[in-house]
Amino acid sequence: MSRKVKIILVVSAALLLLPLTETTYVEPVQAFSNQVIQQGATGEDVIELQSRLQYLGFYNGAIDGVFGWGTYWAVRNFQYEFGLEIDGLVGPQVKDKLVQASNYDEGYVKEQIRQGNQFTHYGGTERNQQQTQQANQPSAAVNVPSGYSQNDIQLMANAVYGEARGEPYVGQVAVAAVILNRVSSPSFPNNVAGVIFEPRAFTAVSDGQIWLTPNDTAREAVLDAINGWDPSGEAMYYFNPNTATSSWIWSRPQIKQIGKHIFCK
Amino acid sequence: MIRWLTIIVLAISTVGLGVWGYKENQDKNAVLIQAENSYQRAFHELTYNIDLLNDKIGATLAMNSRQQLSPQLAEIWKITSEANGDVGQLPLTLLPFNKTEEFLYEIGDFAYRTAVRDLEKKPLSEEEVQKLKQLHEQSGEINHELRKVQNVVLKDNLRWMDVQLALATTDETGDNTIVNGFQTVEKTVDGYEKATAETGISTPGTNQKFRYLKGNDISKQEAEQIAGKWLEKVKPEKITITQSGKGSDVPVYTAAFQNGERNGYMDMTVKGGHPLTIMISRPVKKANISLHEASNKAVEYVEQLGIDSLEMVESTQYDQVGVFRFVYTKDDIRFYPDAIIVKVALDNGEILGLSAREYYNSHTERQIDAPSLSEEEARDKVNPQLEIQESHLSVIENDLQEQVLCYEFLTTLDNTTYRIFINAETGDEEKVETLKQTEIMFDKNV
Repeated sequence: MSRKVKIILVVSAALLLLPLTETTYVEPVQAFSNQVIQQGATGEDVIELQSRLQYLGFYNGAIDGVFGWGTYWAVRNFQYEFGLEIDGLVGPQVKDKLVQASNYDEGYVKEQIRQGNQFTHYGGTERNQQQTQQANQPSAAVNVPSGYSQNDIQLMANAVYGEARGEPYVGQVAVAAVILNRVSSPSFPNNVAGVIFEPRAFTAVSDGQIWLTPNDTAREAVLDAINGWDPSGEAMYYFNPNTATSSWIWSRPQIKQIGKHIFCK
Repeated sequence: MIRWLTIIVLAISTVGLGVWGYKENQDKNAVLIQAENSYQRAFHELTYNIDLLNDKIGATLAMNSRQQLSPQLAEIWKITSEANGDVGQLPLTLLPFNKTEEFLYEIGDFAYRTAVRDLEKKPLSEEEVQKLKQLHEQSGEINHELRKVQNVVLKDNLRWMDVQLALATTDETGDNTIVNGFQTVEKTVDGYEKATAETGISTPGTNQKFRYLKGNDISKQEAEQIAGKWLEKVKPEKITITQSGKGSDVPVYTAAFQNGERNGYMDMTVKGGHPLTIMISRPVKKANISLHEASNKAVEYVEQLGIDSLEMVESTQYDQVGVFRFVYTKDDIRFYPDAIIVKVALDNGEILGLSAREYYNSHTERQIDAPSLSEEEARDKVNPQLEIQESHLSVIENDLQEQVLCYEFLTTLDNTTYRIFINAETGDEEKVETLKQTEIMFDKNV
């Protein structure tokens, strides 16, 4: 490494650390925790796994801390190249091989993620050639159920919270399930927003309670419903027998009562 | 002096209040008009679209050339979906207005099925032409009814906001032209539905659910025992059992318990006592075990169901819970409709949920014929730009709600993974999915 390059490196590293102030830069020595990492996992181990795979050139996707399909294929290719059993699971053997073969600059990677930079972690390439663009939010990712965005989940959580915040957890899942049942029914709009904002469909929408800030329980209930739980028994409607004014709703075939709500077809 | 001052102050405030009130009223009216206009737009668009639909179906009946037929059907499909969107915006949900939406769906479904088909090879059958004629007639009458309502609305300057009010004031039978008009439309469609059912091509059936369930009916006491077995660590006397009403697809017993911060819930079928839904709710602490460890717990758990072979096809971590999806397999064929989902807490590995509705709804021992296409032949049907990484045989439900045997290929193109299903009989590409389950983390407190 020439002297010039070294200077540039030091300067850029210093520049990088500027906004941090007083944070000391420690070269990490520790490697993976002792868990077996499998597809779908999230967290620090996944960040390290992706960084190391990228260092060796197996992984070209973003280092975002979510073990998705891209990471899965990278692991399999790595296992193939290193003569290990090809199962896509990252156990002790795979980790040992990875740690031996690659370097992981934890400080660099985490800093990039925190700052929301687009960056790579290829071995043998200078750091300052591997980062571009400043965004203002962390560039880590999360798992979302296929076909839904975090914003869909948020919107549904709003609706569920507005409609059923005093209800037991199952009741909240059931309300979320009703929204999804309507989406897939031919008699209702075919997307989440269409169903929620259909005029007169939900009281929480007409009286504005949908814009209360939902809690984590509502969000979790929505996630469960999207992932396939339907305690309502595939209901299309529900009502509170104490406040329902429409006589029509009573004529629907009832399925069951959860908390204060009666669910019906 | 003071009196004069008071009078002046009062006078000014009265005038001020008046001005303020006037402005408020104006604002309110502006908003009301805005809302009214969007209702009006949806309604007039609806009548226009139904009119157009009627025309197009009529033209289809007259068409002879196949080249024109497919685009025309696609057009019909498009218009139906627009009309459906318009219906969804009208404030009529609590009126039983679903029939019209269902009718639109039926037309759309018919148009879609026929538009995507190669009409050169498989032209419209005699039955389908009959069906189309019938749909034409129905759309004509609906159109006629809607036009009548529209005429009254325009002539008498009726406002949708009044419909809102009429519906809100519980007095549903009230003398409201729009509501009555729509009820007439609804009745017209209702009459048709019975006629359509007879021709064999009907709306997607809900009547055939859970038809393969095995076992004898269980009693409430037995239900209590089964619930005690599945909802661990709960005393049986804490569990309450209720039975489902007549709206349920399949009769179920529901068991529930509440124990401090923990509460649980379970649905099981009366026939055979099979668990459909289990949910345990409690605060979950920070993740402590790995997703892999949790997946082993999930595998152990589903073994209790006594199903010979289940394969895990998906595992996903959402913060401090892991969700695992299993499908039934037999002779190395994956049956995607027979799915079971398990949720595991990552703080201590406790099972927080099971959903086996899909499995019990559709599972049966199917007779699967050996594929007539070899895997090599199926591979040739895949876009050559894709790199095939993995392959399986699997049964999926296609767009037409038929279960078909397919070759499933997991393929990659650059950094994207696609799942492709090639029909093992016909070689058709049944489904292509982009496997994307992650998203850049946005601020949770938007």
